[in-house]
Amino acid sequence: MTRQYAYYPGCSAMGSSIEYDISTRALCKSLGVELVDIPDWNCCGSTPAHASDHLLSASLVARNLAIAESMDVEGIITPCPSCLKNLKTTSLRMQRKGFHEKVEHIVERPVRADLPIRSVLQTVIEHCSPEAIAEHVSKPLKGLKVVPYYGCIMNRPPDVMTFDDPENPTSLDRLMQALGAEVLPFPHKVDCCGASLGLVRRELVTRLSGRILDTAASLGADAIVTACPMCQMNLDLRQNQINRANGTQHRMPIFYYTQLAGLALGQHESCLRMDKLCVSPARALQQVGAPAQEEPAR
Amino acid sequence: MNIGVFVCHCGSNIAGTVDTEKVAEAARSFPDVAFATDTMYACSEPGQAGIIDAIKDYGLDGIVVASCTPRMHEATFRKTLERAGLNKYLFEMANIREHVSWIGKDKELNTNKAAELVQMAVAKLRNNTELHAGEFEINKRVMVIGGGVAGIQAALDCADGGLQVILVERESTIGGKMAKLDKTFPTVDCSSCILGPRMVDVAQHPNITLYAMSEVESVNGFVGNFDVSIRKKATYVDWEACTGCGQCMEKCPSKKAEDRFNEGVGTTTAINIPFPQAIPKKAVINANACIMLSKGKCGACAKLCPTQAIRFEQQDEIVQEQVGAIIAATGYDLFDHTLYGEYGGGRYPDVITSIQYERLLSASGPTGGHIKRPSDGREPKNIVFIQCVGSRDPSVNRPYCSGFCCMYTAKQAILTKDHIPDSQSHVFYMDIRSPGKLYDEFTRRAMEEYGARYIRGRVSTIQPRDGYYVVKGADTIMGSQVEVKADLVVLAVGAEASKGAGALAEKLRISYDGYGFFMEGHPKLKPVETNTAGVYLAGSCQGPKDIPASVAQGSAAASKVQALFSKDKLASDPQVSSVAIQRCVGCAKCESTCPFGAIEMTEFRGMPKASVVETVCQGCGVCAVTCPQGAIQLQHFTDNQILAEVNALCPY
Repeated sequence: MTRQYAYYPGCSAMGSSIEYDISTRALCKSLGVELVDIPDWNCCGSTPAHASDHLLSASLVARNLAIAESMDVEGIITPCPSCLKNLKTTSLRMQRKGFHEKVEHIVERPVRADLPIRSVLQTVIEHCSPEAIAEHVSKPLKGLKVVPYYGCIMNRPPDVMTFDDPENPTSLDRLMQALGAEVLPFPHKVDCCGASLGLVRRELVTRLSGRILDTAASLGADAIVTACPMCQMNLDLRQNQINRANGTQHRMPIFYYTQLAGLALGQHESCLRMDKLCVSPARALQQVGAPAQEEPAR
Repeated sequence: MNIGVFVCHCGSNIAGTVDTEKVAEAARSFPDVAFATDTMYACSEPGQAGIIDAIKDYGLDGIVVASCTPRMHEATFRKTLERAGLNKYLFEMANIREHVSWIGKDKELNTNKAAELVQMAVAKLRNNTELHAGEFEINKRVMVIGGGVAGIQAALDCADGGLQVILVERESTIGGKMAKLDKTFPTVDCSSCILGPRMVDVAQHPNITLYAMSEVESVNGFVGNFDVSIRKKATYVDWEACTGCGQCMEKCPSKKAEDRFNEGVGTTTAINIPFPQAIPKKAVINANACIMLSKGKCGACAKLCPTQAIRFEQQDEIVQEQVGAIIAATGYDLFDHTLYGEYGGGRYPDVITSIQYERLLSASGPTGGHIKRPSDGREPKNIVFIQCVGSRDPSVNRPYCSGFCCMYTAKQAILTKDHIPDSQSHVFYMDIRSPGKLYDEFTRRAMEEYGARYIRGRVSTIQPRDGYYVVKGADTIMGSQVEVKADLVVLAVGAEASKGAGALAEKLRISYDGYGFFMEGHPKLKPVETNTAGVYLAGSCQGPKDIPASVAQGSAAASKVQALFSKDKLASDPQVSSVAIQRCVGCAKCESTCPFGAIEMTEFRGMPKASVVETVCQGCGVCAVTCPQGAIQLQHFTDNQILAEVNALCPY
């Protein structure tokens, strides 16, 4: 049965993580999860908004909630953990009456803040189950060794996110296993990659993300699987910076889980956009016997 | 009736927000009140003397004291009346402290309410009658539940005082947690060397009957006369015949049984004697692991047992015992650290609990006293101790401090250096809590003489790396993050209530707190009593305690039992139900509602009638409200007495 959700892509889906957005839409379509874009959605304010003013952050989010509430949907879903955290936190803060009134006054429309909000990952795992997805696999990822990297906020804080184990999440592990990949035990599953501090304190990101790459490589992983545009960007786009800073020579492909799922489900290359990855996935994809791709232009 | 009213100031506790003089003045207008005054401290020596003088001077035959809760001083004033020659039940208390002055700030309203409470007390007192206590025989045997160090101490002290003791232990040996420890703080003396002789004393004492592998099934009766059912669990070995030679353990082919004594460090045989100093030193078969009991073939132990003690057909057995007092000494259990995902949630083999580490340190443990990593048997060099695992953490519903973990961690750091001189211990702590004799000196010794590196802060995560672990945490003194490389991580797990504590408390009819620890009678003044007469507490069942405190409580509980048994008869409480036989229609509703089985149906001139067994009745009053005829009345709380109070308050 098709389920209809209000889809909040988040700003990065318009640019740096467009391949995440495209592959997410394709995956949802093939699993019977119907996405309806929230019309005229706006930025959730990301870290700068909630770091400076909760009311500002909540107001930016609340406008999107209000639009979604006028749609006939089961809930709101988003691929981006950072957007997810802002949406869910606002929804919780809106339970406080005084705060609720202030926000409604600012956005000049009623906001119920009662729609369920989930990540695309949670929706896929809970509505379709890895076992059911396994039945749709036409090209198993056999031979591909991956480490799942969830990032720090997909499951935390636990009482806000209420999904999977906050210290040892397994949803991506189970999904990747269902797709036929070999999942290696990864100690840095929920470590921080350095996030947006890459702009102001690059050495922090090269250290934190560098450690994630070092461990993945030492475990013999062919690739890292992510579910977060920020993590993916730090590990992929900054991989050369990290190598330079740390004196390493990683060539570790960083996939979105939606790309590997699409591959295993036999989707067309135009739905996966592997060409958008900075570090070439060609060698990793050869492990599954997928057609090798051209080295993408830098 | 000539009633005297005394309104207590309780210093400024009451007088601060109640005009006590006005209350006394109001009281003078109540019926039968012949004398009323306010007094500074009614409970003090001059306060009580004032009451006695007034009784004599004004010919008073009933007293109302308006002061604190009757739980505090009812017994005090009843004795005052007895000294003045009055029956102690011609006394009422009006609680104008907890119910008035401590909860209201408006002096006028408080004064009015206090006067009304006094009016109610006077009205009830006018309906009171003299009551006289009976006497009943007591059984001078005592049951101690739990054979840890607290229970052992209580049992030995009672037995040395000439009492017959029934000691009930859930496991197959006494010794409890202390028997599993290697050394004890702050003197680093060997645990089994100091406990072992006490355990032997228990076995050899002529006054002690030991039921090991047994649990209390039910408890009936009351102080002086408890009837206890004890379930002796099937051991599949005839303990009369078993000599504890241990040949069965050598030949048992099922070697993967859970080793409870060694806290799961390694495995043991299906037929097992937990450790060489076990008391009683008898074999027990673990039915889940035994091939004969699960698959129906094997019987290796039965074939070679020199005394033919194996009994595969053995069943649980219920035995009855009669005792006059009960000491609960059921100890504690350790926090389940797998609730902490950041410490691996039980996934990492070399992240172990402090009690498992004790077994590694112990010369009679599974590694013969050599510290070896569970994963590969390698000797660790870098050992990280994490304190407050399941203590002082509201997120896992353990906001309390377990009290002894700081000390045993310091001890383990010292012993680690003794065992492996080139090792380095790192201790993550929140605060060091070492308030005991020689305790703080001991923790300093761990740091200064044994070089343990103490880091003040919590650990955020433990991550496995090639053959070792990275422990990441905060150093809140340096204000920095730290990473420590560890070969072995020891979690200082806190104490929690023993499994099944709540169920036992309900059998004993004692209270327990939100965490399952048993409630003492008073947090300061009755530390080993409970609110159930004849039931006492010792050791960690009341809250986490170290060995010295547990032993002290064992002795304290024993002395309470000795004091109770110093009398041959106990006075019964006359505040029990009684049946007006001419009104009773013999419907037996009271018999079915009484929670204590205190009502018997008897025959009077061919008619069924209810009759109260006064020694069993606890005075709860359930029968009185059940009786459709009003034939059963609870003495001192009769319908007439309570309605008089209501009428005093609501005259219209």
